[in-house]
Amino acid sequence: MPKVLILFAHPRLEKSRMQKALLKAIPSDDRITVNDLYQSYPDYNIDADREKQLLLSHDIIIWQHPFYWYSAPPLLKQWMDIVLEHGWAYGQGGTALKGKFVFNCITTGGPRQAYSKEGYHKFTMREFLVPFERTATLCGMIYLPPFAIQGTHRITEEDLAAQASAYSDLLKTIIREERDPDVLSSYEYLNDMITEAKG
Amino acid sequence: MEGFFTQSIIYLGAAVICVPVAKRLGLSSVIGYLAAGMLIGPFLLGFVGKEGKDIMHFAEFGVVMMLFLIGLELEPQNLWNMRKLILGAGLTQVAGTTILSAAVSLVLGLQWNQALAISFAVAMSSTAIALQSLKEKGLMQSAAGQHSFAVLLFQDISVIPILAILPLLAVASVQASGEHITYLDTFPSWAQTLIVLSAVGLVILIGRYAIVPLLRLVAKTRLRELFTASALLIVIGIAYLMTLVGLSPALGTFLAGVILAGSEFRHELESDLDPFKGLLLGLFFMAVGASINFHLISARPAEIFALTLLVMAGKFAVLFIIGKVFRLSAGQNLIFCFGLAGIGEFAFVLFSFISQVQITDKETTDMLMAITAISMALSPVFMLINEKVLLPKFGVRKETKQDADEIDEQHKVIIAGFSHFGSTVGRFLRANGVEATILDNNTDTVDLLRKMGFKVFYGDATRADLLESAGAAEAKILISAIDSPETTMQLVETVKKHFPDLELMIRSKNRFDAYELMDIGVNDVYRENLDTSIRLGKDVLIKLGHRAYSAHRSAQNFMKYDEAAMKELAAQRHDLKQYISGVREQIALQEELLRKDLQHNPSESDHDWDSELLRNSITGKQKNS
Repeated sequence: MPKVLILFAHPRLEKSRMQKALLKAIPSDDRITVNDLYQSYPDYNIDADREKQLLLSHDIIIWQHPFYWYSAPPLLKQWMDIVLEHGWAYGQGGTALKGKFVFNCITTGGPRQAYSKEGYHKFTMREFLVPFERTATLCGMIYLPPFAIQGTHRITEEDLAAQASAYSDLLKTIIREERDPDVLSSYEYLNDMITEAKG
Repeated sequence: MEGFFTQSIIYLGAAVICVPVAKRLGLSSVIGYLAAGMLIGPFLLGFVGKEGKDIMHFAEFGVVMMLFLIGLELEPQNLWNMRKLILGAGLTQVAGTTILSAAVSLVLGLQWNQALAISFAVAMSSTAIALQSLKEKGLMQSAAGQHSFAVLLFQDISVIPILAILPLLAVASVQASGEHITYLDTFPSWAQTLIVLSAVGLVILIGRYAIVPLLRLVAKTRLRELFTASALLIVIGIAYLMTLVGLSPALGTFLAGVILAGSEFRHELESDLDPFKGLLLGLFFMAVGASINFHLISARPAEIFALTLLVMAGKFAVLFIIGKVFRLSAGQNLIFCFGLAGIGEFAFVLFSFISQVQITDKETTDMLMAITAISMALSPVFMLINEKVLLPKFGVRKETKQDADEIDEQHKVIIAGFSHFGSTVGRFLRANGVEATILDNNTDTVDLLRKMGFKVFYGDATRADLLESAGAAEAKILISAIDSPETTMQLVETVKKHFPDLELMIRSKNRFDAYELMDIGVNDVYRENLDTSIRLGKDVLIKLGHRAYSAHRSAQNFMKYDEAAMKELAAQRHDLKQYISGVREQIALQEELLRKDLQHNPSESDHDWDSELLRNSITGKQKNS
C-alpha cells in the first residue's frame, strides 16, 4: 500500500478559497500525511532531518502550492535547497529517493487554455514545470503529470467543490493503487484521468 | 622625612618633565625615564647621589610587579598555544647567546665558570624595555611582537634554573660573602638548589590554594581599597618569601601571576597594580639612568663601549638567525632583533647573585653592570633609529595593521554583566565561535560560570581602568547586559569618555530607559522585553488558530513599527517633558503610543498574497468595505 506525502506551501492560506477547499478535500487516511510547510516553519528554518525522515517513509510525494510567478512560493524552494542534499537525494551515493513518485498539485488564476503555445502565457504547463521535473529526475524519482486547478480567479462555488472532490478522488485512486504508474504518465494532466473515469 | 619629600619631588618632577617631552618627540617613555635619571644623577646635575643604588633596589620592585602582571597575562592555554615558539625561538636564543658569549669570554681570558655565569646574564634581554616599547607602538600582535614575547618569556622562565645552577658554579665557599648573608647561604650548595626548588613549589601551592579564596573573601566586602591592599600584599608577600630564601622575588611573583592568570580576579588585579607597576618601573629606569657610572666609563670608555657594542652585535646576530629560521619578514625581523639586542634588568639580578656567590670580583661585576646599563639605554635609541630610518624602507607599518575582515575571537567583544541576559548572549556568541571577555561583579556568578567553562572576570565594569585591562581599547564591541539602569548609564558615560571608538550595544530595561540611552547618543538599544512579549503574542495568535507564517510576519512587522515609533516618540518626548515630568510623562507617552497604533495597524495593512484584490479587479467588483 503506497503512502502519500503532501508538501503543502501557501504563505497566506487564509486568503485562498481554492487551496482551503483542496486541503479540506484530502481524505483522512493513515496513508496520507499533510506537511504544512508555512505552518511548521514560519521562520523559514527548515528541519532537514525531520523532512528527510518524512520523505523516506512515503512513496508518493505531492508538491501542493499556488503557481506564483510561474513557480512555487519561496519556502518550497527553500525546502528543496535544504532537504534535497547532495549525497543523499542526488549525486554520488544520493539514492534515498530513488523510485519514488512525485507530482505538482497547483492552482493558477488563469485558465488552462492560457497555458499553451498560442495562449496568453506562450508555454504549456509541463514546460513551466520543467525545473520540478528535472529536480525529480535528478533525484531518481518518477515525475508524473500535474494535477492543476486553473482559472481560479473566476471559479464558481460549484466548480470549486467539483475540483476539490476530483482531488479527493485522485488521492483515493492513488492509495488504492487503482492505476498503473505508466497509465498515470500518459495523461497531460492528472485531472483528465479523473474526468475520464467519471465521464 | 624632609629627605624623602625632596627626593620624591626630584624623581617625580624629573619624570613629569622628561617623559612628556620624550613622548612629544615620538620617543618611548623608557627613554624619557632614562634621560630623567641621567639628568638628576650624580654625574650631571647631581640632585641624587649615592643613594641611587638603594633607589634601584627599591625600584627593582617595579620589575617584580611587572613580572607578576606579565604572569597574569599568560593563561596556561595561551602558553600552550605558543609552546613551539617559546621553546624553539626562546631556547635557541638563550642557548645560542650563552654559548657564543661564553666562547668570547674564554678568549678574553675568563675562567670557564665565570664565562658561563656571565653569559647566562648576557643572554637576558630587557622585558621592561622591549614589551613597553612594543605595547606603546601597538606591535604586540605582530609577528615581531609575538616572537619577542616568546623569547622574553623563555628567558624569564630560564632564570629559575639559572639561579639554581649558579651556586654550583661558585668555586669559593659561599659563606665568605661577608655583608649579605641570607638564610640560604648557611646551606651547602646542593641543599641550596633543593631549597630553591621547594620555594618555587611553595609559591605554586599558595597561588593555587590560598590566594583565590582570600580574594573572594575580600571581594565580598566590596571595598575597593581593600582589594588593592590585598593585591599589594600578595606581591610583597611572595617577594619577601623569595628574598628570605635568597631567590629573585621577580620569579616568585611571576609564578604567582601565571597561577592567578586563570582566576576570575585577573583583570581586577591587573588594573589595581598597573599604576604601581608603571610608577615603580619608571623609577627603575630612572635609577638605571642615574646609576650609570660615568666615572668608570670615562676612565675606560673605549673598552666599555666596545664591549657593549660587541655584546649587542653578538645578541643581534643570534636573534637575526632565529628570525630567519622562523621566516620573519625583513622588517619584522629588525623590530625583533633591535628590541631584544640589549641586556635586560634580569642581568642586574643575576650579576648581583653572581657577585654574591663570588664567581666574579667586584670590579668585573661593576663593569658588567655598566655595560648592562649602557645597553639598556642604547636599546630604545636603536629601536628608535630602526623605526624612523630602517623600517620605512620595508613598509612594515602597513603590514602590522590587522585585516578588518578577519574575526579575531580573542577580546574583540566584551560583555559587561553576566546574569541571565548576558549569559544568553555569551552562550549564543560562543556557539558561533566568538569568545568574549566577560565582566561581572558578583563573585558567586563568576565562580559558577567559571566552573562551567566561561571566561568570566570579576570586577566593576564602570571603571575605566578595569575596562582598559579587559581590552576595551582594542575591542570592537562592548555589550552591556547589566541589570541596573543606573549602572548601565554610568558604563555608557565611561565608555563614551575613555573609549569613544568602542561600539556600544546596550540592553535596556524598558522604553523609558531606552529613551534615556538614546538621549546620550546610544543607537543600538535593546529593550529586554520587546522581542519576548511580541514572541509570546505571536504564539497566542497561533494557538488561537492563526496561520503561523502570518502571525510570524505580523510579529516582525509590529516589532519594526514599534522600533520606528520609539525613535519618533524619542524626539516628541522632549516637547512633552517641558510641562510634565516623571510618571505623568510615562503615561502621556503610553497614550501617544496607543493613539499611533490606532492610526496605523501594521498587521491590518498586509495585502501580500491576497488574491481577493486581484480577483476583484479582474471580475470588476469593488471591495465592499
